[in-house]
Amino acid sequence: MAFDPVTDYPLGSRRPDLVRTPTGRALDEVTLAAAREGALTVADMRATAETLGLQAQVARAAGRTQLAEGLERAAELTEVPDDELLAIYTALRPGRSTAEQLEGWAARLDGLGATRNAAFVREAAGVYADRSLLTRD
Amino acid sequence: MTETPRSGRFVAREGSELRRELLIEPWPELGLVAADGPADPEPELVIDDGVVTRLDGKKAAEFDVIDRFLVAHGLDLEVAAEAMALPDERIARMLVDVDVPREELVRLARGLTPAKLARVVGMLDPVELMMALKKLRARRDPGNQAHVTNLKESPALLAADAAEAARRGFDELETTVGVARYAPLNALALLVGSQTGRPGVMTQCAVEERRNLELAIRGLVTYAETLSVYGTEPVFADGDDTPWSKAFLGSAYASRGVKVRFTSGTGSEALMGHAQGLSMLYLEARCISVVRAAGAQGVQNGSISCVALVLSVPGGTRAILAENVLAAWHDLEVASGNDAIASHSAIRKTAKLMGQFLPGTDFVTSGYSVMPRRDNTFGGGNYDADDLDEWLTLQRDWQVDGGIEPVAEDELLRVRKRAARATQAVFAELGLPVVTDAEVDAATHAHGSPDLPDRDRAADVEAADELLRRGTSALDIALALDRAGFEDVAEAVLGMLRQRVAADYLQTAAVIEPDGLVRSAVNDPNAYLGPGTGYRLQGERWELLQALPHVVDPRTLGSGQDGTPALREEPAAAEHGDDPAEVVIAVGPAFADGLRETINGLTHDDVLAAVTDGIRAAGATARVLRIRRAADVAFIAHDGARLSGSGIALGLQSKGTAVIHRADLEPLDNLELFGMSPLYTLESYRAMGRNAAGYALGQRVGPVPTELDNFARAKLIVRTTLLHAREAAAVIPGAPAVELAQH
Repeated sequence: MAFDPVTDYPLGSRRPDLVRTPTGRALDEVTLAAAREGALTVADMRATAETLGLQAQVARAAGRTQLAEGLERAAELTEVPDDELLAIYTALRPGRSTAEQLEGWAARLDGLGATRNAAFVREAAGVYADRSLLTRD
Repeated sequence: MTETPRSGRFVAREGSELRRELLIEPWPELGLVAADGPADPEPELVIDDGVVTRLDGKKAAEFDVIDRFLVAHGLDLEVAAEAMALPDERIARMLVDVDVPREELVRLARGLTPAKLARVVGMLDPVELMMALKKLRARRDPGNQAHVTNLKESPALLAADAAEAARRGFDELETTVGVARYAPLNALALLVGSQTGRPGVMTQCAVEERRNLELAIRGLVTYAETLSVYGTEPVFADGDDTPWSKAFLGSAYASRGVKVRFTSGTGSEALMGHAQGLSMLYLEARCISVVRAAGAQGVQNGSISCVALVLSVPGGTRAILAENVLAAWHDLEVASGNDAIASHSAIRKTAKLMGQFLPGTDFVTSGYSVMPRRDNTFGGGNYDADDLDEWLTLQRDWQVDGGIEPVAEDELLRVRKRAARATQAVFAELGLPVVTDAEVDAATHAHGSPDLPDRDRAADVEAADELLRRGTSALDIALALDRAGFEDVAEAVLGMLRQRVAADYLQTAAVIEPDGLVRSAVNDPNAYLGPGTGYRLQGERWELLQALPHVVDPRTLGSGQDGTPALREEPAAAEHGDDPAEVVIAVGPAFADGLRETINGLTHDDVLAAVTDGIRAAGATARVLRIRRAADVAFIAHDGARLSGSGIALGLQSKGTAVIHRADLEPLDNLELFGMSPLYTLESYRAMGRNAAGYALGQRVGPVPTELDNFARAKLIVRTTLLHAREAAAVIPGAPAVELAQH
């Protein structure tokens, strides 16, 4: 059945068929019994890029454009390792990066398929250059 | 040098709690002006070929990092031309017009510049702002957030308090740390406690971002609201962020399943010294615009930690309410402050609270301190454990849902104990420093952390580090709970992890029901359109919120029966007395019969004896009549006076109110009225008897000195009403007075 972002929310109760863990487990397989058998890991209990994409559609259908864009960026970031995620955040803080360093992170994000985030970082780099928010070297 | 004598009243007021606070004249250059600052720009938006070339008084080359972000991600240029062309008054009226739906206002807000937004909300008076807030709240049902911390960072107490908060209906619980390394332990205790109290309650641990993300990745927390934004570029930079970095962080959190709420609030720019001469409300309009542009689902706003600064300037309270309205108007979830202490004055801080409490917000407070405020390590505690009955009573008074439920003491002790036990078990299972039975017991019953035994804090922080090193997650906690026999809590913790898979709680204003259903502005939107629509406190929920544990059934009050026999009535109607020295003691229909004691707890027999004693001591005689046709003390006394040989009677209502009356006076006139029945002793009644006798004997009588207790009415009016109802019920219309034989 096709996804209807207006009527299919909450996904967990209305469309559990559309939701999978990162290792492909269905929602109703995330149980205490499965945990007892050691079949679950905490890393497996998080939203996939696809699920966050569906949530972005829900937000967009409710008229929340920016929330949708934030969730789309979040969907891409599921593929970015934890330490790099924090490193990019730090790089975006004021006076932390040169234009080249930010471009490096943008390229890295592109490489991970996170093209929206890459564009976001490049956009920041442009503004930072105008507003003296880059490091000088 | 002679001192000018001072006014005692001015001096007394200077000593009040309120006067500990400084009120200042506006100083716009420092940003110390609530709204409509002289330097606030005129609203302006110029679009050339789809590009914004001017925004609120600046041309593109002058745009700072905030303007640039708003132009790139905030302003919806499709709506902007239409929205900016609307007169300010027109939009302001739409905000309070119940016939203009929320969606229409939210749509227009997408195209409004910060200056226009500030100008429009600035036009609303406090009641209009409340109306707008009620209308614009994102989620249908209001809710509340709790603070759960303690000075000793006792895990058992954290868990017990978290369980109590969850059981009381808080949708979100926030903890923090005194010592940063405690974070994983505090998050653990909060998670276990919350899920013991009520499955589905979301938790957060306010710590530095890296640590926070680490906790989130392990499923130890489910939301964050530490992402602060500011209204000027220098303050944003001083906060070590830009709109881009914060927006990126927000998405990063969401990617790890964390519900994200930003934080902003009036006054922060002035406090941090870079308000650029702009008003607090205008700068907050910029913040709110950034929050939505960054893709956050919500914001914690309402001045938050700067509240006392904003309250120092004229219109501060109104500006804070206006910023809440701005956030709701931007379609954001709002956790509306009221957490940091706003004032020393209970009157002042509660007057401020009403702005959010009455309309209702997604979280009426950004942290109600479920423990005593000295245990609140946020430095908050505007309302705390000791104020809880006040809050519950306000909900009951206004028929307003402030998001906190009354719960009986035994039930709370049960829940608290279970949470402390569950935490004890998890600590044991995970090899963390022992939580003793004494700690469990103290946490269950404690008023605050001083009641808790001290722990080995060095061992705790080491264990916390170890927990992180081992990568202990919420899954490990669920399994530990399961092994220790807390299967339902284990299920609840696992349920929170399962929520991360579907990520429904990332939508606007989401809360999680105990059965796992996510309720947000998507599936439970606020559709208020005037009376009869939207959220209304009624039905079962209203029954629940009015049933405070100490509410009593009035039917059980004041039966007044003490087992003594009623005074015997003569069968015949009482005759007019012929003794000129006679004082009639005229008692009410229920006196010494249906009721047996006064409101002050004196038995009617004793009262009669005292009055009689006083009458006789002064040289008069006493005759006791029951007036059956009236319950009003004036008529009781006057009827008695008309039957009295001297024309003087002392009327006595069953509750103890007395009047000395004379036959030739109008019934509602009197010689002396004794209306302070709660204060009267037997000696008072003796004095009344003496005075009545004095009038009967034609002596000069000085009125019995009366005392005054201004609180008597507030304290006793319910009992007065109930006693009077019994008196009135004993009335026999038209029945003549009868004589009574004293015991």
